[in-house]
Parts: sequence; C-alpha cells; structure tokens
Amino acid sequence: MTTANVSIAAKPIDRRRARGKGHLAPHLFLGFLVCYFLVPLWWLIVASTKDVTGLFAGAHGTLWFDKTFALFSNLKTLFVYNDGIYVRWMANSFLYAVVGGLGATTVAVLAGYGFAKFRFAGRSLMLWLLLGSVMVPLTALVIPTFILFANMNLTDTVWAVILPSLLNPFGVYLMNVYAADAVPDELLDAARVDGAGEVRTFLGVALPLLRPAVVTVLLLSIVGTWNNYFLPLAMLSNTKLFPITVGIGLWQGQAMSNNSGGENLWGLIITGSLISIVPLVIAFLSLQKYWQGGLSVGALK
Amino acid sequence: MALARAVDTPQQGPGSTRDSGRRRRGHGLNERKRARTGLLFVTPFALVFVAFLLLPLAYALYLSLYSQGLATGLSFTGIGNYVTAFTDPSFLRGVGFVVVFALVLIPVQMFVSLALALVLDAVATRFSRFARLMIFMPYAIPVVIGALMWGFLYSPTFGPLQQIFGLFGADAPFLLSPGNVFGGLMNVVTWQWAGYYMIIIFAALQGIDSSVYEAARIDGANAWQIALRIKVPMVASSLSLILVFALIGTLQFFSEPQILRLMSNGTITPDFTPNLYAFSQAFSYANFNYASAISFSLGIVVFIAVYVFLFFTRKRGGSFQ
Repeated sequence: MTTANVSIAAKPIDRRRARGKGHLAPHLFLGFLVCYFLVPLWWLIVASTKDVTGLFAGAHGTLWFDKTFALFSNLKTLFVYNDGIYVRWMANSFLYAVVGGLGATTVAVLAGYGFAKFRFAGRSLMLWLLLGSVMVPLTALVIPTFILFANMNLTDTVWAVILPSLLNPFGVYLMNVYAADAVPDELLDAARVDGAGEVRTFLGVALPLLRPAVVTVLLLSIVGTWNNYFLPLAMLSNTKLFPITVGIGLWQGQAMSNNSGGENLWGLIITGSLISIVPLVIAFLSLQKYWQGGLSVGALK
Repeated sequence: MALARAVDTPQQGPGSTRDSGRRRRGHGLNERKRARTGLLFVTPFALVFVAFLLLPLAYALYLSLYSQGLATGLSFTGIGNYVTAFTDPSFLRGVGFVVVFALVLIPVQMFVSLALALVLDAVATRFSRFARLMIFMPYAIPVVIGALMWGFLYSPTFGPLQQIFGLFGADAPFLLSPGNVFGGLMNVVTWQWAGYYMIIIFAALQGIDSSVYEAARIDGANAWQIALRIKVPMVASSLSLILVFALIGTLQFFSEPQILRLMSNGTITPDFTPNLYAFSQAFSYANFNYASAISFSLGIVVFIAVYVFLFFTRKRGGSFQ
C-alpha cells in the first residue's frame, strides 16, 4: 500500500486522467455492491433506534429513522431485561472466544512448528491425518461429542464449549506451511550451537518469525468460536451459560412463539444484534494491517 | 493443489534430505533427541485431535451400529441405521438439497468474489480501499445475526420489500416461501462469505509481481486479457482453496436454516438439511443412535466429495498445482 501511494504521488496527472476516464464503471460497480453489503447493517442501525410502534409502522418506512429516537431507551431495556442476561451472554461469548481462541492458537503454533522443523517417527502419517481432518465437517462431530460429554457429565459447563474449540486442524496446517518457509533451519541450528535449549530457540527465534501467521490463526480461531452456534446450542441448556449467538436465537424463538410478549422481544433482539456485532467489527477495523496480509498465508503456498 | 502440497513436499528442497542423512551419521544421539522434541511440540495437538476428532468419530460409528428399541432396549443392528438413513426420504431430500445448493451457490459465490477481487486489484483509490473493508465486513458478523438480519429484511412486517414493491403497485414476494427459499438462502450465504473469499483472492493478486503485467502490456495485452489470462490462472490455488472451504461449509449447512426456520412459515422443515435433521433426531426425539448414523454418513459424504475434488484437480495438473 505504501509503494502504491508513492507512485501515485509521483504521477499526479496520470492518476487524474485514469480516474476521470477508465474508473467510472468500476466505481459504480463497487458502489452498488457496497450498498448491497451494507443494507442489512443499515436496516439494523435504523431499526434499533425505533420503539415498538415505530418498528411495525414507522413514519418513514423501514429503511429510515422514525420520528421518535428510542435507541437509548432500547439499550436500557436490553441491559436490564431478565436481570441483565444479555450482558451475561456477551461476557460468556468473550470468555469462550478468548480462552478457546488462545488455546487453539497455542496448540496450533506448537504443532505447526513441530511438524515443519522436526523429523520424527509417525510424522508423515500424522500429516496425512491432519490433511484428511481438514476435510471433515466439524458439525458432524457435535452430536457424538455431545453424547461423550453427557456420559462424563461435562455438558452444560463452560468446558463443553471451550474444549472442542481447541481443535483447529486448518490452523495447524497454516502454521506448518508458514513455519516451513519463514523459519530457516540455519537460524535454529545457530541458536542451538550457541547453547539455547529447544524451548528458548522456539520462543526467542522461531516465534517472532511466525508472528503474522500467529495473528491470523488467532483471529480465525476467535472469530470461529465467537460465531459458533451449533456446538453451544447442542451442549448448553442453562441459559446463564449461553453465548450471545444462542441467546439471541433463544429470544427469537420466544418472540415467534408467543405473540403477546413478542413485540417487546423484537426490540431486544434487534438492539441486541447490533451491540453484539460491535466488538468484532471494531477488532477487524483496527487490526486491518494484520489480517489483510495474513489471510493469504494459506493460499500463497 | 495447495492442501496436498504440505505432505508432498514436507522439506524445503531436495538438499534437505541429504542434509538430514548426514546429520544422522554424524550426531545420532542429537538426532534422536531432536525427534523427541518434535514429538513433544506436536503432542498437545495430537491429544486434542484424538479426544475431539478421532474419538467422537469412532464413537459415532459405534453408536450408529446400535438401535434403541422401546421394548427391547439397546440392541446391535449393524448397518441397520444406515439402511434406514439411505432409504429415509427426509435424509435423502436433505442431502439432495445441500448438494444442489452447493452446485449452484459455489460458482455464483466464486464468480462474485473473483470479480470483486479483480476490480479492487485494478482500481487502487481511496474509495476502493473503503469498499474492500465494507464488503469484507459481513465476515465479522456471526452467521446467526446475519441470517436474522436478512430474515427481518425478507419479513413482510419489518422489511422494506413490501414498501419498494408497493411503489410499483405490486405485492412483494416472500423470499422464504417454498418457491423462493433457495434464492433467499443463497443470498444470505453469498452476503456472508463473498467478502472473505474476495480478501483471500485479493491478497493472492497483490502478491503477484507486477513486472508480469508490464511484459504482457508490451506484448499488446489489454486490461481484460491481463485479468483473464494472467491474473486468474495465477490465483488458481487460492480459488481451489476457497472451493474446498465453500464445499465443506455448504454441505454442513445448519445455522442459517435453523435461524430462518421460524420465520419461514413452515417452508424450512426440521429435515431441510442433513445437519438439521440429525439435530432434530437427537434433541427432539432423543434418537441418538440414528442421529449418530446421520452425522457419520454426512461426515463420510463430505470427506469423499472433497477428496474426489482434490483428486481430480490434481490430476488435471497445470493450473491447480
């Protein structure tokens, strides 16, 4: 991006001509698609500022603000409803995403480095298993894992969500591919000759070189756990342990089934959905330079 | 093929095999110690892999071979559950739906994300950088919330469709009705994932050395030819990676139909996709043995589908290597 800016600055005339002539069609195309991708978000923002009557019969339609601005009262209702269960759900999502994401990343970094930089018995077999497992649909494991956990009385605990989240075969694959290229054997040998143990060689020499891939795998694991729905839906029945996805789904079910209290719940669902996407959207906007490069790691090989 | 390469070329080059051979002769003890260290690094993953992948798979297989009868209790029925599943219209309809859905959705999704990536790669302006971020944004939104938002937009009471169609004096179509649900779901999934796939392709395009384009331009190629003949083949490995992701994701379709089920007035049934069916068998009917058989069948079907795809793209060679 920096180099592009420099070359643009050096040739201001070229750029203006290019923009005036050839770039109109692509910009229209992009503008149209940006509208498409933002419509649901726009609707959500607008809807969360409406009260119940405005939601069903707003003065300016469904895609524009109503006469009353009820965002703050909606937020207040959201945070106090049912003893603040919403805040609890958000906190649970944070817990599952951070612990599951950090755990999965740690496991993946260690294994990827081990596969890429060491030769040991069973290594090829394990790599083939790893590749095969990337192709296994992880939701097919949810029901058997649930029954296993039920036998061990582990369902309906935080571990039922966190432990299966540690499995991230694609993360291990990414780390393996990345470590094979990014960490030169000579550097590791040099560190060993200098008397550094394996742990110090890994932490001091390899890990800094792996940083772009580590950030990527961490981001992917956190997003994966944060977005997960099937696993917590199957594992948890105590609403106090629900992550935000299952919680909102619960409200939706209640709003659909009882029409009397339903209207009240729709407001909560809409405002709750808006607040629930804020943390990840902010994370992605502020961590741009990390993930934009990092997501290509797996594909470049 | 990107996925297969990690095993085909585990070492950096032809030199390293010779290298390790020399090392073995020279420092046998060191080498053995090194191998043990490598195993230690891999051990945590191996444990997680066994506990949360191999064990559940084996357990699903085991459970699927038994049946719970009301009077008879648990009894061994061999492949009975599989015979039931593969003659069960509910399961077969679900499998049929996700297969057709994948066949239509994936080409559309890949075309959209490839076109977007090519345009964003060719046009480097402030607006295109903004557009890239906005198009990627749905990836940061949980699938549950994404499906819910579209459900609201489709809804006759909350959504804008009635308003828009009303301007022309027409009735809005309900996008979750039996005739429209295919397109309605396709829109949700494309919206959710096209930006993510676009970023993967875009990053690969940015990695291409621009001197290639210079050479092509000197040879008289125009922008379209450069895009189709140079850029697309050079990001083919990203495309096949995306195809594998999309295939695995689509065949295990669950969250979107589960969320939109209640809003669809009965169009989306509890056996709409294999995963929904397994879920309802397990948690609505406590039929865990049959649910395990469905889960295991789904896992095997997806595994074979992806494996066949990888096999054929490898055979074709050239562009997919």
